[in-house]
Amino acid sequence: MNVRPDSRDFTMARTARTPGGARIDLVVVAQMIDQGAKVLDVGCGDGELLKLLESRGVDGRGIELSREGVNECVAKGLAVIQGDADADLSDYPDDAFDFVVLSQTLQATRHPRRVLEHMLRIGRHAVVSFPNFGHWRIRGELMFAGHMPRTDNLPETWYDTPNIHFCTIKDFHQLIEVIGAHIDRAVALNAWGTPLRLNAPWWFWNLFGEQAVFLLSRGR
Amino acid sequence: MAELSVTATRPGAANEADNPRQSLVARFGPEQPLQLDCGIALAPFQIAYKTYGTLNAARTNTVLVCHALTGDQHVASAHPVTGKQGWWETMVGPGKPIDTDRYFVLCTNVVGGCMGSTGPASINPKTGKPWGLDFPVITIRDMVRSQAMLLDHLGIETLFAVAGGSMGGMQVLQWAASYPDRVFAALPIAAATRHSAQNIAFHEVGRQAIMADPEWRGGRYLIEETNPRRGLAVARMGAHITYLSDAALHRKFGRKFQDRSNPTFSFDADFEVESYLRHQGISFVERFDANSYLYLTRAMDYFDLAADYSTLAAAFKNTQTRFCVISFNSDWLFPTSESRAIVHALNASSARVSFAEIVTDKGHDAFLLDEPELFAIVRGFLGSAATARGLVASGRR
Repeated sequence: MNVRPDSRDFTMARTARTPGGARIDLVVVAQMIDQGAKVLDVGCGDGELLKLLESRGVDGRGIELSREGVNECVAKGLAVIQGDADADLSDYPDDAFDFVVLSQTLQATRHPRRVLEHMLRIGRHAVVSFPNFGHWRIRGELMFAGHMPRTDNLPETWYDTPNIHFCTIKDFHQLIEVIGAHIDRAVALNAWGTPLRLNAPWWFWNLFGEQAVFLLSRGR
Repeated sequence: MAELSVTATRPGAANEADNPRQSLVARFGPEQPLQLDCGIALAPFQIAYKTYGTLNAARTNTVLVCHALTGDQHVASAHPVTGKQGWWETMVGPGKPIDTDRYFVLCTNVVGGCMGSTGPASINPKTGKPWGLDFPVITIRDMVRSQAMLLDHLGIETLFAVAGGSMGGMQVLQWAASYPDRVFAALPIAAATRHSAQNIAFHEVGRQAIMADPEWRGGRYLIEETNPRRGLAVARMGAHITYLSDAALHRKFGRKFQDRSNPTFSFDADFEVESYLRHQGISFVERFDANSYLYLTRAMDYFDLAADYSTLAAAFKNTQTRFCVISFNSDWLFPTSESRAIVHALNASSARVSFAEIVTDKGHDAFLLDEPELFAIVRGFLGSAATARGLVASGRR
């Protein structure tokens, strides 16, 4: 593999956007959600996904950790509360939502398994998107440069990153089996935000998928 | 002078009790009593209120603003006793977050108050004399019940929104619990679903200060033509501290001396903060009735929404109302944890809820002050609710 460990170009692609300006991963998430559904977006940031969903007739709610993000969302008229995935999901009753979304947040939770189980309890479906730590560039940085990978998408050093539970697509797949959830759909996006071939084997996704989006439902 | 000096005029508020100036009054006769939680049917009674803006043809754009403990119906216009501007003019008015170009704003003086709604300073029709302590004890739910009667009287079926801070926020929550079908959007600010032990304790100190004033005369001061000014002023001084924060007091006053450079080695108001508090106490006495203060603090003490239902979540079961809960990080009287408890209960009922905590050092009173983030949030929340309620297309903007 011809990699250049010290080059600043040695990064994952900047968060890819559609010509309309929407984040590709959010568009992929939004495509998994039915029109008119009731949705909880956990870790909703500045409300970009909720705004996107609102235009599709979705009844969206959000939870966000950062106060600035929350207040910005509420001022935009979005139903968002300050809270976090680890502490606040337990308040919601069973089947409160059609979809519970966790985009780019799983790796920052203290108890990813518990969070995922709550998502599938309070929602009929869970949509999870996360950066794939098995991507070849990340493997390369660790292998050849010998330090914790830092990329444009994940720029923090190991000692100040909020991301404490990185996983690969393969790892996540394993967790789904452990909790007995069902995969309705899965999409891996490459560095340019393009979905990888559907019939590609898991190892291929795990190596070339920069991020993954899973649509899950409760196991039968 | 070391003692609190209060001028010996009859309190202005007492003149307002039966015949409020610059207010509308709805009178309910013996056939329409107010059924109180204490078991008494209060009749006749009256509610003084003010309105701003225009009710739309569909009668769907009313925003009920609920006032706090010492507030009144004069939200966005000059106070008839003090001449000062309305207590929420920063929030309510043309182009303001609660926009009177768009919404029909209604604010009532709470029952038990002293600005024109029936309260302890009003004349008891049975005796022809002020009620005093013969007035029945009022609850937050009684206040809300009387507001609902006023809406019926005005032919307003549903409220677009109910908004208020502190005791006003308690009324907002009670509205959402008692009349969920009549409230489209609810904005409880710096509020709680119950009064904490600490808050009851502070209120008790205030009440004891009033009752310890020899001029209180067992609550018969209006009949005996005395006035427990000192007691009421001290109650207000103590309470006022709880509305601020250590940081805000330090920022505003620090240890600065008042008009002097050295301590006088006396009990004069040497410090600016003392002088400020004395001013707060004295100016309050001008416009407020001591017995009303007893009744309204009591109403807040009794407020416990969860106790009226099996759980707090049950109070909001299946609610379709959209909520926006707001707290301030330096508010130690109604701390963020209280607002968070409201949010948890609303989540448990899958209600549509927004919750924002605003960073400020101004304490509980921040809801009355110039807080741009508060304005942006209220404007955004009401704007999106107005769209959902279909008010935008028919509105003027």
